Amino acid sequence: MSLWQTIFPYILSGISVGGQYALIAIGYTMVYGILRLINFAHGDVFMVAGLSMVYLAASLPLYLAIPVMIILTVALGFTIERVAYKPLRTAPRMSVMISAIGVSYLLQNLALYITGGLNKNYPEIPWISDKITIFGATTTRVTVITPFVTIALVLILVWVINHTKIGMAMRAVSKDFETAQLMGIKINNVISITFIIGSFLAAIGSMLFFTNYPGVVPTSGGMPGLKAFVAAVFGGIGSIPGAVIGAFIIGICESLIKGLDTILMSQGVIAEQIGFATFSDAFTFILLIIILVFKPMGLFGEKQTDKV
Amino acid sequence: MKKDNKKNFISLVIVLVFLGIVLLLDQVIKPTDNMSMLLTVLQKGSVYALAAVSMNLLNGFTGLFSLGHAGFMLIGAYTYAMLTIPDAARADVYQYYDPAIRFSIPEVLSNGIGPAGTALGVLIAVIIAGLIACLFAYLIGLPVLKLKSDYLAIATLGFAEIIRAIFQWSKLGPLTNGSNLLKGFERTSTFKLAIGDFTLSLSTFVPVLIATICIWIIVLIKNSTYGRAFVAIRDDEIAAEAMGIDLAHHKMLSFCTSSFFAGISGAMMAMVLSIAQASNFRSAMTYEILLMVVLGGIGSISGSVIGAFLFISTSEWWLRGLDSGKWLGISAPGIFRNGFRLVVFSVIIMIVVLFFRKGIMGDKELTLEMVKAWPKNIFNWIRSIPKKIKSLFSKKEAK
Amino acid sequence: MGGNHLNVNKQHDLNDSVLRLENATIQFGGVIAVNDLDMYVDDGEIVSLIGPNGAGKTTAFNIITGVYAPTNGAVYFKGKKIIQNHPQGKMKKMYSGKDAEKYINLPVLEPTPDKITQMGIARTFQNIRLFKSRTVFENILTAKHLRRTSNYFTSTFGLNKDEEAQMREASLELLRVVGLEDVKDELATSLPYGKQRRLEIARAMATDPELLLLDEPAAGMNPQETLELAEFIRELRDKYHYTILIIEHHMDLVMNISERIYVLEFGRLIAEGTPTEIQNNEDVINAYLGVGEEDA
Repeated sequence: MSLWQTIFPYILSGISVGGQYALIAIGYTMVYGILRLINFAHGDVFMVAGLSMVYLAASLPLYLAIPVMIILTVALGFTIERVAYKPLRTAPRMSVMISAIGVSYLLQNLALYITGGLNKNYPEIPWISDKITIFGATTTRVTVITPFVTIALVLILVWVINHTKIGMAMRAVSKDFETAQLMGIKINNVISITFIIGSFLAAIGSMLFFTNYPGVVPTSGGMPGLKAFVAAVFGGIGSIPGAVIGAFIIGICESLIKGLDTILMSQGVIAEQIGFATFSDAFTFILLIIILVFKPMGLFGEKQTDKV
Repeated sequence: MKKDNKKNFISLVIVLVFLGIVLLLDQVIKPTDNMSMLLTVLQKGSVYALAAVSMNLLNGFTGLFSLGHAGFMLIGAYTYAMLTIPDAARADVYQYYDPAIRFSIPEVLSNGIGPAGTALGVLIAVIIAGLIACLFAYLIGLPVLKLKSDYLAIATLGFAEIIRAIFQWSKLGPLTNGSNLLKGFERTSTFKLAIGDFTLSLSTFVPVLIATICIWIIVLIKNSTYGRAFVAIRDDEIAAEAMGIDLAHHKMLSFCTSSFFAGISGAMMAMVLSIAQASNFRSAMTYEILLMVVLGGIGSISGSVIGAFLFISTSEWWLRGLDSGKWLGISAPGIFRNGFRLVVFSVIIMIVVLFFRKGIMGDKELTLEMVKAWPKNIFNWIRSIPKKIKSLFSKKEAK
Repeated sequence: MGGNHLNVNKQHDLNDSVLRLENATIQFGGVIAVNDLDMYVDDGEIVSLIGPNGAGKTTAFNIITGVYAPTNGAVYFKGKKIIQNHPQGKMKKMYSGKDAEKYINLPVLEPTPDKITQMGIARTFQNIRLFKSRTVFENILTAKHLRRTSNYFTSTFGLNKDEEAQMREASLELLRVVGLEDVKDELATSLPYGKQRRLEIARAMATDPELLLLDEPAAGMNPQETLELAEFIRELRDKYHYTILIIEHHMDLVMNISERIYVLEFGRLIAEGTPTEIQNNEDVINAYLGVGEEDA
């Protein structure tokens, strides 16, 4: 087999995973841009979106289950902000971060209670779950459409941020929280809308993500959530295009590392398995630490200075 | 100074009495008893108390928000396990690999100097576990400690995940057994001391003793001039530096010390649970320890200990019934099923995080005066309840 | 403008000065905050650095204390060069100050603030920065950490009892000197404003400095308090033989205690001299005092 034929399926799935990470990463990067908060619960909102789809699809037809799932997820994101973050607006940043960790803990335990810890099979969504063949590689249709869906949603979002009143308010708040408040911008509304958009994208992302995986468990949100956050840091936190590019890079690298043993063996570089796949998750964090040490503001981030 | 000495003496007596009681409980409670839950709580509680206090040293006193604790505990647990599996058991444990280490420290020492060697060997292995965690912390700290608040948090979290991946890597199988668990090493349930005909059970006493000594050392650090420097860094980094405190050096000291004790608590966890498995040391474990610290009060050592024991005793013992259908006489099998306990528990924690941000102790320490004042305070509090209720209603009327 | 090198003092050997800045320049992006600053403070002198808001006074302090590395120039302490830099990296092209070639081949010296304090330069802050969770006494005691001889191990296990006792005694003594002994166990941040400023000075003194840098010590004080502060600063100088450099806006205080005054405007030195000279300097009156009077 040629090198290209071996690598292509990995790149394809990498692009797809990257697109899914991108949709989650936007939620992180927007919230961080405005509140300077790592919303540790965001990955779990994504997991809850997956779980609620499982339960909804069991009793409702898909064309109803999907919109209801999206509404529930958005409502969850909104509620978390109102209940767990808003009361701590003036508290030190560490308290808010701890609250986020607490919410994450609560959502995971709640999911554990409801599912009994069992793996829940994700419903098959017709058309997008279908198998297709592209350039000789067999995959599901969702793999191919994910990047397009992602890019379309990002373009819409960027348009909203640059050309609408609420988008302008968001940019103002992320630039300078206090001044924006003094200028009469309703901070709480802007923050709520940020969470709503973030949760909406996480809901779409969960559909694309879980279709390709065997099922949902309470800890399903943790890893993708952390990786999406790394993507946001990688791209320069607060920057939406940065988060998307970061997510694609991480998705592709991760997928290639998963297949590195196979690729190298097929090319005769190594004779036996080295076990690179063990590091497919850790790789993301290695990348994170490299970027934090050498370019702390990420690829597209803005520099900030402290005043003495 | 005299007063201080007297206080120290009283504290020492209290600690010794406490250790004595634990030793006694260890003898009277049989594993089949109902009360055996108390021993489990004491064992696990002391593991987590040390973990929480060591995290507090870093997050609470030095103000460095690190989320890498589980990683250092993992290093401690594995180091301890690798060093204490008897040679004969190794082939059985490392089924798929050729074990690289072919000796067990307690075994070597007990062959040399008799039964006391086993105890000494365990002690040495525990200390080495701490030192290896400390070494890793030093290497990680070099690039990471320059980062600010949340970036530091996420970078340390990342390192913990990297450590976990390294320990599960099949190429290191001869050392770590790859993704399989380690077992068969020296564990607390076998700790015994034979005096003549009488055998003293030490399975609870040993972990409680190790935790007590370690926490006592952390208290000493906190009260030393270095402890004051750590708090200065937390309060105001710029002012601390202007007062001549070398930030890089002191942050590294705090990070390495915290990790050293995290490593020891990891080793204790291995000996209490009798297994060591990398997949248990996830970021969720770090979060749990952090929540214990928050529960007890960030910046309070006694708070962390209380937080840890409260966390363990509620989740392992007092709220057990919530998982098995019946709790406090209320029977509701439909609601009280597996996992409900943790849900109730997370709700309680969220309430603490949101409404009692200072936790149980705030940044104060438990003192004798405080304990003495309790009966009075509780009495006053109870007496004030009718007034409070009254004021609650009168407010509503005013509206 | 009469040039920036105003210190053409007769027969004065600059190597005797406790502090000396030489061509100190700092540029942030395209803005030069401190421009080619030359100044000195002699042993036992009280010198003030004045100028309108944004003139670069605190930035000059931040250069001396190592918070910012100068973009170009050098700082000497007791005749020894302690800080030195020349434009590097992106600054090579952007630098619009002077004398870049003078330092280009000289070694870069960028000690961190703690090293500067170690050498014997201590400072206070314009926006008070006390250790907020600690008592008055503990604030002082913390600053004593710098001169420790014990290490991590010995201080943890109480093998430095004598030193610890000395630290405590010295801290108490300092509190007596500054008149805060009666509030020693109160939370530092619970003190009234004037006492917090005093505590900041005491904390700086606890590091055993030779040179004290006071950043607006009289900010927020009424005329009476300001007068007391002036007296207090002079007493400290006489008692401990400190060399003192002060940034201040209260002209009463400045004119009262300064032996010499430097005036900055837009990062440049526009005048230097005795209080009387400064009061009669046209440049200063135009650039600063006229505006300052209206402000006050």
